[in-house]
Amino acid sequence: MVQYIQGRFDVSFAALSHATRRGVLEQLGRADASITDLAEKFHMTLTGMKKHVGVLEQAGLVTTEKVGRVRTCKLGPRRLEEEVAWIERYCQLWDARFDELDKVIDVLKRKEKVDGRKNRG
Amino acid sequence: MKNRTTVERKNERELVVTRTFNGPPHIVFEAWTRPELLKRWWAPKSAGVSLLSCEADVRVGGKYRLEFGREGSKPMAFFGRYVEVTPPARLVWTNDESDDGAVTTVTFEEQGGKTLLVMHELYPSKEALDRAIAGMEGGMREMFEQLDELLVTLGPNVGRS
Repeated sequence: MVQYIQGRFDVSFAALSHATRRGVLEQLGRADASITDLAEKFHMTLTGMKKHVGVLEQAGLVTTEKVGRVRTCKLGPRRLEEEVAWIERYCQLWDARFDELDKVIDVLKRKEKVDGRKNRG
Repeated sequence: MKNRTTVERKNERELVVTRTFNGPPHIVFEAWTRPELLKRWWAPKSAGVSLLSCEADVRVGGKYRLEFGREGSKPMAFFGRYVEVTPPARLVWTNDESDDGAVTTVTFEEQGGKTLLVMHELYPSKEALDRAIAGMEGGMREMFEQLDELLVTLGPNVGRS
Protein backbone atom coordinates (compact mmCIF):
# COMPACT_ATOMS: atom_id res chain seq x y z
CA MET A 1 0.00 0.00 0.00
CA VAL A 2 2.72 2.44 1.01
CA GLN A 3 4.58 1.51 -2.12
CA TYR A 4 1.47 2.09 -4.19
CA ILE A 5 1.01 5.57 -2.72
CA GLN A 6 4.71 6.33 -3.13
CA GLY A 7 4.50 5.18 -6.72
CA ARG A 8 1.47 7.32 -7.39
CA PHE A 9 3.11 10.39 -5.85
CA ASP A 10 6.22 9.91 -7.94
CA VAL A 11 4.18 9.68 -11.10
CA SER A 12 2.19 12.84 -10.17
CA PHE A 13 5.26 14.83 -9.25
CA ALA A 14 6.98 13.84 -12.43
CA ALA A 15 3.87 14.73 -14.41
CA LEU A 16 3.51 18.13 -12.76
CA SER A 17 7.17 19.08 -12.69
CA HIS A 18 7.12 20.29 -16.31
CA ALA A 19 5.74 23.74 -17.17
CA THR A 20 4.25 22.57 -20.48
CA ARG A 21 2.35 19.76 -18.77
CA ARG A 22 0.93 22.17 -16.20
CA GLY A 23 -0.06 24.42 -19.10
CA VAL A 24 -1.79 21.50 -20.82
CA LEU A 25 -3.80 20.78 -17.64
CA GLU A 26 -4.86 24.42 -17.38
CA GLN A 27 -5.82 24.38 -21.04
CA LEU A 28 -7.88 21.19 -20.64
CA GLY A 29 -9.54 22.75 -17.60
CA ARG A 30 -11.02 25.29 -20.00
CA ALA A 31 -11.96 22.87 -22.79
CA ASP A 32 -11.15 19.44 -24.20
CA ALA A 33 -8.59 19.55 -27.02
CA SER A 34 -6.94 17.28 -29.58
CA ILE A 35 -3.22 16.53 -29.43
CA THR A 36 -2.82 18.55 -32.64
CA ASP A 37 -4.50 21.59 -31.01
CA LEU A 38 -2.27 21.27 -27.96
CA ALA A 39 0.90 20.87 -30.04
CA GLU A 40 0.04 24.05 -31.95
CA LYS A 41 -0.84 26.01 -28.83
CA PHE A 42 2.41 25.11 -27.11
CA HIS A 43 4.52 25.43 -30.26
CA MET A 44 5.85 21.91 -30.30
CA THR A 45 5.89 18.85 -32.50
CA LEU A 46 3.11 16.30 -32.46
CA THR A 47 5.54 13.68 -31.15
CA GLY A 48 6.68 15.97 -28.33
CA MET A 49 3.10 16.70 -27.26
CA LYS A 50 2.19 13.00 -27.44
CA LYS A 51 4.96 12.29 -24.93
CA HIS A 52 3.72 14.97 -22.50
CA VAL A 53 0.13 13.78 -22.78
CA GLY A 54 1.34 10.21 -22.22
CA VAL A 55 2.98 11.22 -18.93
CA LEU A 56 -0.17 13.04 -17.78
CA GLU A 57 -2.30 10.07 -18.79
CA GLN A 58 -0.15 7.67 -16.77
CA ALA A 59 -0.63 9.90 -13.71
CA GLY A 60 -4.42 9.77 -14.16
CA LEU A 61 -4.52 13.53 -14.71
CA VAL A 62 -5.65 13.27 -18.33
CA THR A 63 -7.63 10.74 -20.34
CA THR A 64 -7.61 10.46 -24.12
CA GLU A 65 -10.01 9.00 -26.60
CA LYS A 66 -9.47 8.36 -30.29
CA VAL A 67 -12.40 9.16 -32.53
CA GLY A 68 -11.64 8.59 -36.20
CA ARG A 69 -8.20 10.07 -36.75
CA VAL A 70 -8.35 12.57 -33.91
CA ARG A 71 -7.19 11.84 -30.36
CA THR A 72 -9.09 14.07 -27.92
CA CYS A 73 -7.69 14.84 -24.46
CA LYS A 74 -9.68 15.75 -21.38
CA LEU A 75 -9.05 16.04 -17.65
CA GLY A 76 -8.81 12.62 -16.03
CA PRO A 77 -10.37 10.95 -12.98
CA ARG A 78 -7.89 12.55 -10.59
CA ARG A 79 -9.37 15.95 -11.39
CA LEU A 80 -12.86 14.61 -10.84
CA GLU A 81 -11.80 13.43 -7.39
CA GLU A 82 -10.81 17.03 -6.66
CA GLU A 83 -14.25 18.26 -7.65
CA VAL A 84 -15.91 15.65 -5.45
CA ALA A 85 -13.69 16.71 -2.54
CA TRP A 86 -14.57 20.38 -3.11
CA ILE A 87 -18.31 19.65 -3.20
CA GLU A 88 -17.91 17.66 0.03
CA ARG A 89 -16.27 20.66 1.74
CA TYR A 90 -18.85 23.06 0.31
CA CYS A 91 -21.56 20.81 1.73
CA GLN A 92 -19.86 20.87 5.16
CA LEU A 93 -19.83 24.69 5.11
CA TRP A 94 -23.56 24.90 4.32
CA ASP A 95 -24.33 22.14 6.80
CA ALA A 96 -22.56 24.11 9.54
CA ARG A 97 -24.45 27.27 8.54
CA PHE A 98 -27.76 25.43 8.55
CA ASP A 99 -27.09 23.99 12.03
CA GLU A 100 -26.82 27.58 13.26
CA LEU A 101 -29.87 28.55 11.22
CA ASP A 102 -31.82 25.76 13.00
CA LYS A 103 -31.11 27.54 16.30
CA VAL A 104 -32.34 30.89 14.92
CA ILE A 105 -35.51 29.20 13.65
CA ASP A 106 -36.15 27.61 17.07
CA VAL A 107 -35.87 31.02 18.75
CA LEU A 108 -38.26 32.61 16.22
CA LYS A 109 -40.75 29.74 16.61
CA ARG A 110 -40.74 30.10 20.41
CA LYS A 111 -41.14 33.86 20.14
CA GLU A 112 -44.08 33.47 17.76
CA LYS A 113 -45.76 31.05 20.17
CA VAL A 114 -45.36 33.45 23.10
CA ASP A 115 -46.58 36.42 21.01
CA GLY A 116 -49.56 34.36 19.81
CA ARG A 117 -50.55 33.61 23.41
CA LYS A 118 -50.19 37.29 24.34
CA ASN A 119 -52.34 38.36 21.40
CA ARG A 120 -55.05 35.92 22.34
CA GLY A 121 -54.97 37.61 25.72
CA MET B 1 -33.12 14.80 14.66
CA LYS B 2 -30.77 16.69 12.38
CA ASN B 3 -31.88 17.26 8.79
CA ARG B 4 -29.51 16.39 5.98
CA THR B 5 -27.82 18.94 3.68
CA THR B 6 -27.11 17.86 0.11
CA VAL B 7 -25.01 19.57 -2.56
CA GLU B 8 -25.02 18.50 -6.17
CA ARG B 9 -23.45 19.86 -9.34
CA LYS B 10 -26.62 19.70 -11.39
CA ASN B 11 -24.95 20.57 -14.67
CA GLU B 12 -21.93 22.42 -16.04
CA ARG B 13 -23.06 25.78 -14.67
CA GLU B 14 -25.18 25.01 -11.66
CA LEU B 15 -24.87 23.88 -8.05
CA VAL B 16 -27.92 22.89 -6.00
CA VAL B 17 -28.04 22.82 -2.19
CA THR B 18 -31.08 21.36 -0.38
CA ARG B 19 -32.11 21.13 3.28
CA THR B 20 -35.36 20.78 5.27
CA PHE B 21 -36.01 23.03 8.28
CA ASN B 22 -38.35 22.32 11.19
CA GLY B 23 -40.33 25.51 10.87
CA PRO B 24 -42.78 27.10 8.43
CA PRO B 25 -41.51 29.11 5.42
CA HIS B 26 -42.35 32.55 6.87
CA ILE B 27 -39.98 31.90 9.77
CA VAL B 28 -37.16 30.48 7.63
CA PHE B 29 -37.58 33.38 5.19
CA GLU B 30 -37.34 35.85 8.05
CA ALA B 31 -34.04 34.31 9.17
CA TRP B 32 -32.63 34.83 5.65
CA THR B 33 -33.83 38.37 5.20
CA ARG B 34 -33.31 40.20 8.50
CA PRO B 35 -29.62 41.19 8.70
CA GLU B 36 -29.48 40.84 12.49
CA LEU B 37 -30.69 37.22 12.11
CA LEU B 38 -28.63 36.48 8.98
CA LYS B 39 -25.41 37.32 10.77
CA ARG B 40 -26.18 34.86 13.56
CA TRP B 41 -25.78 31.88 11.24
CA TRP B 42 -23.90 32.88 8.05
CA ALA B 43 -20.39 32.55 9.53
CA PRO B 44 -20.36 29.39 11.68
CA LYS B 45 -17.35 28.94 13.96
CA SER B 46 -16.24 25.81 12.10
CA ALA B 47 -15.73 27.87 8.92
CA GLY B 48 -12.75 29.47 10.65
CA VAL B 49 -13.65 33.04 9.73
CA SER B 50 -15.65 35.64 11.59
CA LEU B 51 -18.22 38.01 10.22
CA LEU B 52 -17.03 41.61 10.58
CA SER B 53 -20.10 43.28 9.15
CA CYS B 54 -23.40 42.36 7.57
CA GLU B 55 -25.63 44.75 5.67
CA ALA B 56 -28.64 43.58 3.70
CA ASP B 57 -31.27 45.84 2.20
CA VAL B 58 -33.65 43.04 1.27
CA ARG B 59 -35.89 44.48 -1.46
CA VAL B 60 -35.70 44.39 -5.26
CA GLY B 61 -32.58 46.34 -6.26
CA GLY B 62 -31.35 46.54 -2.66
CA LYS B 63 -27.72 45.72 -1.92
CA TYR B 64 -26.07 43.32 0.49
CA ARG B 65 -22.51 43.26 1.74
CA LEU B 66 -20.95 40.78 4.15
CA GLU B 67 -17.36 41.14 5.29
CA PHE B 68 -15.35 38.28 6.69
CA GLY B 69 -11.99 38.21 8.36
CA ARG B 70 -9.41 35.84 9.63
CA GLU B 71 -6.98 37.16 12.19
CA GLY B 72 -3.99 38.79 10.53
CA SER B 73 -5.36 38.74 7.00
CA LYS B 74 -7.20 41.21 4.80
CA PRO B 75 -11.00 41.09 5.14
CA MET B 76 -12.95 39.48 2.31
CA ALA B 77 -16.20 40.97 1.07
CA PHE B 78 -19.17 39.16 -0.40
CA PHE B 79 -21.59 41.56 -2.09
CA GLY B 80 -24.29 41.99 -4.69
CA ARG B 81 -27.93 42.94 -5.23
CA TYR B 82 -31.32 41.39 -4.61
CA VAL B 83 -33.23 40.92 -7.86
CA GLU B 84 -36.32 39.16 -6.55
CA VAL B 85 -37.88 39.21 -3.08
CA THR B 86 -41.13 37.25 -2.75
CA PRO B 87 -41.98 36.55 0.90
CA PRO B 88 -42.05 33.83 2.07
CA ALA B 89 -41.37 31.79 -1.05
CA ARG B 90 -38.47 33.05 -3.13
CA LEU B 91 -35.31 35.10 -2.90
CA VAL B 92 -32.89 35.82 -5.78
CA TRP B 93 -29.62 37.74 -5.59
CA THR B 94 -26.57 38.42 -7.72
CA ASN B 95 -22.98 38.21 -6.69
CA ASP B 96 -21.06 41.20 -7.99
CA GLU B 97 -17.50 40.52 -6.81
CA SER B 98 -16.40 39.46 -10.31
CA ASP B 99 -17.67 38.55 -13.76
CA ASP B 100 -17.65 34.92 -12.58
CA GLY B 101 -20.26 35.63 -9.89
CA ALA B 102 -23.28 33.34 -9.64
CA VAL B 103 -26.97 34.23 -9.47
CA THR B 104 -28.44 32.54 -6.39
CA THR B 105 -32.10 31.54 -6.19
CA VAL B 106 -33.46 30.27 -2.88
CA THR B 107 -36.95 28.78 -2.71
CA PHE B 108 -38.84 28.04 0.51
CA GLU B 109 -41.53 25.40 0.06
CA GLU B 110 -44.05 24.46 2.75
CA GLN B 111 -44.16 20.73 3.47
CA GLY B 112 -46.43 19.77 6.37
CA GLY B 113 -45.39 22.61 8.68
CA LYS B 114 -41.75 22.27 7.67
CA THR B 115 -39.79 24.06 4.95
CA LEU B 116 -37.93 22.47 2.05
CA LEU B 117 -35.21 24.91 1.09
CA VAL B 118 -33.59 24.62 -2.35
CA MET B 119 -30.73 26.92 -3.30
CA HIS B 120 -29.60 27.12 -6.92
CA GLU B 121 -26.32 28.80 -7.76
CA LEU B 122 -26.17 29.49 -11.47
CA TYR B 123 -22.74 30.54 -12.80
CA PRO B 124 -22.37 32.51 -16.06
CA SER B 125 -20.38 29.66 -17.66
CA LYS B 126 -18.86 26.23 -17.04
CA GLU B 127 -15.47 27.93 -16.76
CA ALA B 128 -16.74 30.27 -14.04
CA LEU B 129 -17.95 27.37 -11.90
CA ASP B 130 -14.73 25.42 -12.58
CA ARG B 131 -12.75 28.47 -11.50
CA ALA B 132 -14.86 28.82 -8.36
CA ILE B 133 -14.08 25.20 -7.52
CA ALA B 134 -10.38 25.63 -8.28
CA GLY B 135 -10.36 28.95 -6.38
CA MET B 136 -11.70 27.38 -3.19
CA GLU B 137 -8.69 25.08 -3.38
CA GLY B 138 -6.41 28.09 -3.44
CA GLY B 139 -6.08 27.93 -7.20
CA MET B 140 -4.62 25.24 -9.39
CA ARG B 141 -1.52 27.28 -10.02
CA GLU B 142 -0.76 27.59 -6.30
CA MET B 143 -1.31 23.87 -5.87
CA PHE B 144 1.23 23.17 -8.57
CA GLU B 145 3.65 25.65 -7.04
CA GLN B 146 3.35 23.84 -3.71
CA LEU B 147 3.92 20.52 -5.43
CA ASP B 148 6.98 22.00 -7.12
CA GLU B 149 8.33 23.17 -3.78
CA LEU B 150 7.72 19.77 -2.27
CA LEU B 151 9.48 18.18 -5.20
CA VAL B 152 12.51 20.38 -4.57
CA THR B 153 12.42 19.58 -0.83
CA LEU B 154 12.27 15.87 -1.49
CA GLY B 155 15.36 16.21 -3.62
CA PRO B 156 16.72 14.21 -6.52
CA ASN B 157 15.95 10.83 -4.97
CA VAL B 158 12.23 11.07 -5.71
CA GLY B 159 11.26 8.42 -8.16
CA ARG B 160 14.21 6.20 -7.36
CA SER B 161 14.03 3.33 -4.96
